[in-house]
Amino acid sequence: MALTLDDVLRIAHLARIDIDAAAAREVHAKLDAIFTLINELQAIDTTGIEPMSHAQDVSAPLRDDAITESDHHADYQRGAPAVEDGLYLVPRVIE
Amino acid sequence: MKWEVVIGLETHAQLSTASKIFSGAPTAFGAAPNSQASAVDIALPGVLPVLNKGAVERAIRFGVAVGGTISQRSVFARKNYFYPDLPKGYQISQYEIPIVAGGSVTIAIAETEKRIRLTRAHLEEDAGKSLHEDFHGMTGIDLNRAGTPLLEIVSEPDMRSAAEAVAYAKALHALVRWIGICDGNLQEGSFRCDANVSVRPTGSDDLGTRCEIKNLNSFRFLQHAIEFEARRQIELIEDGGAVVQETRLYDPDRNETRPMRTKEDAHDYRYFPDPDLPPLVIDAAWIERVKSELPELPDVMKARFVTQYGLSMYEAAALTASREVAHYFEDTVRVLGGAPNLAASWIMGALSAALNREEREIGAAPVTPHTLAELLRRIQDNTISGKMAKDVFDAMWAGEGDADLIIERNGLRQISDEGAIERIVDDVLAANAAIIAEVKAGREKAFNSLVGQVMKASKGKANPAQVNAILKRKLG
Repeated sequence: MALTLDDVLRIAHLARIDIDAAAAREVHAKLDAIFTLINELQAIDTTGIEPMSHAQDVSAPLRDDAITESDHHADYQRGAPAVEDGLYLVPRVIE
Repeated sequence: MKWEVVIGLETHAQLSTASKIFSGAPTAFGAAPNSQASAVDIALPGVLPVLNKGAVERAIRFGVAVGGTISQRSVFARKNYFYPDLPKGYQISQYEIPIVAGGSVTIAIAETEKRIRLTRAHLEEDAGKSLHEDFHGMTGIDLNRAGTPLLEIVSEPDMRSAAEAVAYAKALHALVRWIGICDGNLQEGSFRCDANVSVRPTGSDDLGTRCEIKNLNSFRFLQHAIEFEARRQIELIEDGGAVVQETRLYDPDRNETRPMRTKEDAHDYRYFPDPDLPPLVIDAAWIERVKSELPELPDVMKARFVTQYGLSMYEAAALTASREVAHYFEDTVRVLGGAPNLAASWIMGALSAALNREEREIGAAPVTPHTLAELLRRIQDNTISGKMAKDVFDAMWAGEGDADLIIERNGLRQISDEGAIERIVDDVLAANAAIIAEVKAGREKAFNSLVGQVMKASKGKANPAQVNAILKRKLG
């Protein structure tokens, strides 16, 4: 599996990470090293081994369906660049 | 060429929990903007999601009700996309291992039953809401809905017409309310459908290229959107074009679908297991408990109504449209001590008309199973005629008291005394020699007019069956 510089730029765009050409080349080299390692791992025969979905062998703790949170939107919105009528305002988005 | 339309639905049912799927914030509809968005819902750094047991319980209930398989171990995944009403930059959903696999829903079209297979049902969180009204050229974000628990129910492409798709959506809608996992409120978006639509030559086994129509929140829109989309695809192919796989929006004002404006990379969701959430493990005992607590399901109850009460399929279907209606019917029959057909016809007739007129739910009806049964008993014992009972019902509905009180107060008690009816009949016959001649000449209408006159002379109180019999005897 070879990662191209275009892949790096595309993933950065999807995650809305602003990255310049020099940084992209640097990240590309690092990611490529990681992929090389993954390629080594993929050479191992894992037949019959159940895939893991979590690093630890634990199951999800569950909470009872109860309301435990109260309204703190005024506090949360103190850090927002723009608010109005309780809404966060963001640059216009239209689908 | 003849064409066949192939439809699969993806339905989002909002689960009726008090709190959100991963936080303790309330889920109530219509609260002030952002007043129900907690630190987890707005994705403040360092917070962790903790799964709501109530949401899991509801998903299990659904899986059991549709005869699906409950995964004893299911996995939450991150679905990554960038949008301002999605604070984390990903939606927590389930991807490779959903909580429910398989199952089916039975629909009926014109007395013919068809089984619609389900692919899967998975738990996920809802996003917030973007308000595109003008805030000085900006978009307003309300995150109250963010983190609301959803069950996404995915069907196989088993439907072959808009009517079948609507029947499936309605059956699913009735089921989720029946088992108490979703309030089914379409206006508030608690139940919304996406339709995958493709067309193919009739008889073909291959699937055509499909388009997905998003966010259909009424059964009428679902029907119209599918009809339009199928026509559009057929015309496109017949004109030598090809269907492009895309997401489309339905515009009810113009009754058309059109492509959603999205960037082409919008669907690169880069799913991966969410490291914040270990696998969801459900033991067999939990599934067994949910199974044992499940109410009698609509299909089972419908069949029972036919065998136990001798109702028609049509009546049984109408009376099992919701659990509340079914309970109302059975309570009425219990109080009445029988007469299911009489109870069915009044519930589907007068009661249902009054509920529709006032847009009320059956639970809010001023006439209860108990008071309705008392009224029906007065029809059974010939105290009043069915026609008069309708007036008594309206008076009961208006809050004028119970049936007996209204009958006494308004002097509605039916005249069943043979001698008294005979005297009225004699008076009417004495004054209508011409009509009698017509009756003797074999005119059915003339006979009915005599019945009408007797009823009128008795102020509607004569027992109609007796009037008929006495008239027939006297003229025969």
